[in-house]
Amino acid sequence: MDIFVQQLVNGLTLGAVYAIVALGYTMVYGIIQLINFAHGEVVMIGAMVAFTVINALAAGGMPPLVVVLIGTGCAIPVCMLAGYAMERLAYRPLRNAPRLAPLITAIGVSIILQHLAMLVWSRNVMAFPQIIPLTTYNFLGATITGVQIAILSLCFAMMTGLALLVYRTRLGTAMRATAQNPQVARLMGVDVNRVIAATFVIGAALGAVAGVMVGTYYGVAQYTMGSVLGMKAFAAAVLGGIGNIPGAMIGGLLLGVVEALGAGYIGDLTDLCRWGIGPEASCADGGHFILFGSNYQDVFAFVVLILVLVFRPSGLLGERVGDRA
Amino acid sequence: MGFPVLLEVRGLEVSYGGIHAVKGVDLEVREGELVCLIGANGAGKSTTLRAVCGLLPARAGSVRYGGTDIAGVAMHELPRRGLVMVPEGRGIFPQLTVQENLAMGAYTRNDAGIAEDIERRYETFPRLKERRTQVAGTLSGGEQQMLAMGRALMARPKLLLLDEPSMGLAPRLVAKIFEIVRQIASQGVTILLVEQNARLALEVANRGYVMESGNITLSGEAEGLLESPKVREAYLGETA
Repeated sequence: MDIFVQQLVNGLTLGAVYAIVALGYTMVYGIIQLINFAHGEVVMIGAMVAFTVINALAAGGMPPLVVVLIGTGCAIPVCMLAGYAMERLAYRPLRNAPRLAPLITAIGVSIILQHLAMLVWSRNVMAFPQIIPLTTYNFLGATITGVQIAILSLCFAMMTGLALLVYRTRLGTAMRATAQNPQVARLMGVDVNRVIAATFVIGAALGAVAGVMVGTYYGVAQYTMGSVLGMKAFAAAVLGGIGNIPGAMIGGLLLGVVEALGAGYIGDLTDLCRWGIGPEASCADGGHFILFGSNYQDVFAFVVLILVLVFRPSGLLGERVGDRA
Repeated sequence: MGFPVLLEVRGLEVSYGGIHAVKGVDLEVREGELVCLIGANGAGKSTTLRAVCGLLPARAGSVRYGGTDIAGVAMHELPRRGLVMVPEGRGIFPQLTVQENLAMGAYTRNDAGIAEDIERRYETFPRLKERRTQVAGTLSGGEQQMLAMGRALMARPKLLLLDEPSMGLAPRLVAKIFEIVRQIASQGVTILLVEQNARLALEVANRGYVMESGNITLSGEAEGLLESPKVREAYLGETA
């Protein structure tokens, strides 16, 4: 039971971050039907920029929270610029091209960004300086750290903020209108190019914060960190129904929980000795013969992705495509 | 009429889907007029209208609105200048609520009167008021057309382009829609109406143009066109 609550806490924390990254995929998909495979790299750039700043400031004696905030404050504009630049330079010229062209371009942008990051920051893993004291709290028999609480609250604050932006403001209404019918939105006076650019920029800003959170959570950042994280967040977006904003939030949280619970129980469940079919030499004296350990954690996201694509391709809250004008 | 020309189309040619659909159209709409462009399916009426508001590129010719050439003006600039179109098929935003659709019509405005204008639309279209929080995709065809027209009015247009407002509607609703068109015109909005239903269009319009395979073949006062044997035979289903 303790493991269950513990993994639930861990899963929700990670899932909240997936949700934030998934929002970047789903918003862009919703508005121009493009899967922006380079979004994971934006998240990576956010982490790398923040780590660079945080490492530079770590010795300065400033309060850790201030250091992290300054790092994040530097990461956000850099990522927003990256998001704007990729839309303007790579995707906008292909707006009316066959759908395969921007998709392949997105993969190209992803590779370019990853290698640029490698040139800037080298192949080495960057470590998060030991500045945040480990504080833990007891929660229903599980341990929750201060960082986890911070990540969870920040993620929920960002999701609320985004929901307000999309459903309560003029820009948000214009974004949804553009997603549903760009030509008519134009007839209403919406500068569709600006709205699309704004979508990229907002998604990138969220991604930057997500990058800092992931980096802080694991304590490391590297130029390759965006690929798997990006693919998982993409899986979360598909799980929730790509193009659907509440879907990305639910999909992210759910995926994080599935992954954490999977990692928590897979060793136990694939212990052949438990089922009485393990080799005797290993199972003697309560020994184990574990087929899949928790290092298979990353598999769950993609198992979920495959299951969704097979059984419910439109996702949990998927938009019924027939409703589009 | 002595009123100044609001829209002036000269020698307009448009190719659409590989077809030379509009082959040199001249037409003008004066301030305060309700002008209709009628003709059979595929005559090039909607293509003409789409080229006027920039939805389709013109191959040749000029479109002047309020005295300036609008060929190089971005489409999203036009509503700011008072030129608003209700597209064929209504073009409502199906997943926005009725109220959000109306608010989108006022996207170019930032004055204080928007909420008041929305209420005014609800007075004209009480059905929309009942359904203000419903997503627009759940409305019937007639309600969607009313929403599309109400939304266009939210921009406070000087010139309203209506593309086949009666399309796909039951006869009773068609009459209602034309009644609304007449009402809008009486409020001083200039209208260019593209319509297949020639009789109803000519009955509400001041003047009309008849289009046939990409060319204007007849034009004149609406009453005169209604009397014209050629129009009666070809578009009103009467044998001369």
